Amino acid sequence: MQSIRQNDLPDALPDFRNLGVISRILLSVNALALFFALARSREIGEFAAKVTEIAGSLEPILLVVVILLYAGSTLLERLAYVQGLLAVLAIVLAVTAALFPFQSLLGESGEWRELAWSLGHAALGTGAIAWYFHLRNRAFSPAISEARLQALQARIRPHFLFNTLNAVLSLIRKDPKRAEGALEDLAELFRTVMVDNRKLITLGDELSLCRQYLNLEQLRLGERLSVHWRLDPAIENALVPPMLLQPLVENAVYHGIEPGTAPGIIEVRIERRDDRLWLHLANPYHEDYQHRQGNHMALANIRERLQLHFDVEASLDTRIADGRFEIGIAMPYRTSL
Amino acid sequence: MNLLRVVIIDDEEPARNRLRELLEDCREELPHSIAGEAANGVEGLQIIAAAGAEVVLVDIHMPEMSGIEFARHLQVLERPPAVIFVTAHDRYAVEAFEVNAVDYLTKPVRAMRLLTALKKAANGARLARGVLESIDPAPRRFFSVAERGRMTLVRVSDVIYLRAELKYVTVRTRTGEHLIEESLTQLEQEFSGVFVRIHRNCLVARRWIRGVERGAESESEAGWSVVLEGLDERLAVSRRQWAQVKALVS
Repeated sequence: MQSIRQNDLPDALPDFRNLGVISRILLSVNALALFFALARSREIGEFAAKVTEIAGSLEPILLVVVILLYAGSTLLERLAYVQGLLAVLAIVLAVTAALFPFQSLLGESGEWRELAWSLGHAALGTGAIAWYFHLRNRAFSPAISEARLQALQARIRPHFLFNTLNAVLSLIRKDPKRAEGALEDLAELFRTVMVDNRKLITLGDELSLCRQYLNLEQLRLGERLSVHWRLDPAIENALVPPMLLQPLVENAVYHGIEPGTAPGIIEVRIERRDDRLWLHLANPYHEDYQHRQGNHMALANIRERLQLHFDVEASLDTRIADGRFEIGIAMPYRTSL
Repeated sequence: MNLLRVVIIDDEEPARNRLRELLEDCREELPHSIAGEAANGVEGLQIIAAAGAEVVLVDIHMPEMSGIEFARHLQVLERPPAVIFVTAHDRYAVEAFEVNAVDYLTKPVRAMRLLTALKKAANGARLARGVLESIDPAPRRFFSVAERGRMTLVRVSDVIYLRAELKYVTVRTRTGEHLIEESLTQLEQEFSGVFVRIHRNCLVARRWIRGVERGAESESEAGWSVVLEGLDERLAVSRRQWAQVKALVS
């Protein structure tokens, strides 16, 4: 069981600055309120009145809580999961209590019993949302271990490994120095693939992984492969999911360069615009070779991991234009978490 | 001494170098000479006859023309050389080779395995008819035409129509005509996505059809002809195929 548990994501508070997380909180709290209103009303006419009544007291609390969580997210992230949860609960209860006098101005009785009632529901609501995020976390956890497996099985294609070993063998007698360098690159590449790749890494590290990979491909493809890099110097420290670019570059070689006899160009462009990171990759598109497998798996895998790390704030799009296959990724620019 | 003439076909230069080294290692056991090298199937077919190859070592995954298609075209030759496939990783092909007892080597290639395969080839082992088609039923990208003792390749996407006449099938491109010795029915099956049958004796490439026009009606013909892009010729549509052609042009 130990090994299975290691693959689970540790429980952590969601990122309260993430648009997806914020909207999930707003939507689910309001859904709870609607459900609650429905349960409390005996007929349909009463339902509308109940909704208005609950919304009147709920929405101000919800908004203030979300704003406070947004502002305090960096502090909250430093706490352990349970402490963080208690801190969030404390915030919710404090806001509920603080806003209580205003609600009595709006014509409610304002008795202590009424306050206890509000605090109880606030605590219940917070618990429900925390449970929801816990389940969501758990649901994605197998996806991550699956993704790790795929990193071993599919992302570095066996095709690549055997072809590279073959190319290295061809060097050993004539150019032992180059063969050494190639084996070192290969070792490093596999070391990266085999480590726990759940934490974000710097883009600089991911780029050097890509370069090692491309060095090896250059060995066997020679002048058929050329890569044009256009990198914003300000992006080296950006945090990205590991193995974000390498599988895409590998795809570009497999689908874009290998099927062509003429030299082909892979373009990698990365830039930062305000607090967004834009990655753009393009390679020649060979219509006749679309039966070669594996592309969609890698793309789906990366899309899933982007969603896992950044929820709705990251996107991955592909298109075919002017005989080239293009991938665009947009994600938040972060340098620390 | 009669040396075994070997040709190497692989799109990666290091892979060709490696095979040359390994062949060198086998030379004492099995005297041979390297009669030629090519970077893909198309280049390979151009040199194979002149090289007088007896054995071809051919990679499966190559741009332009795969190793399997290359081997299919070899069968057009009067005395085709023995083929030994080389592949880095193609589970599907390897399984098919095993089932059909076709000789193959996996990369990285071992000298011992290479030697065994070469000896078998030198003893006259040849591919059985139809084996390659069953291993890879994907349509070919070229037609191979044996003309005046040499092989001409015609790109399938350049072909406007195929018309059966007696023993042969005429392959019509914008620039000329070639004769191939194949059956129209089998061509129709292999290239079902590319060509459409308009007549008992004729398949037309879908992408070159521009429309239909009224022609002479007869007992077997529908009175319509196919208009083609880049050719003044009109091809009669038979009554049986008219519904299908009509659906295609409307």
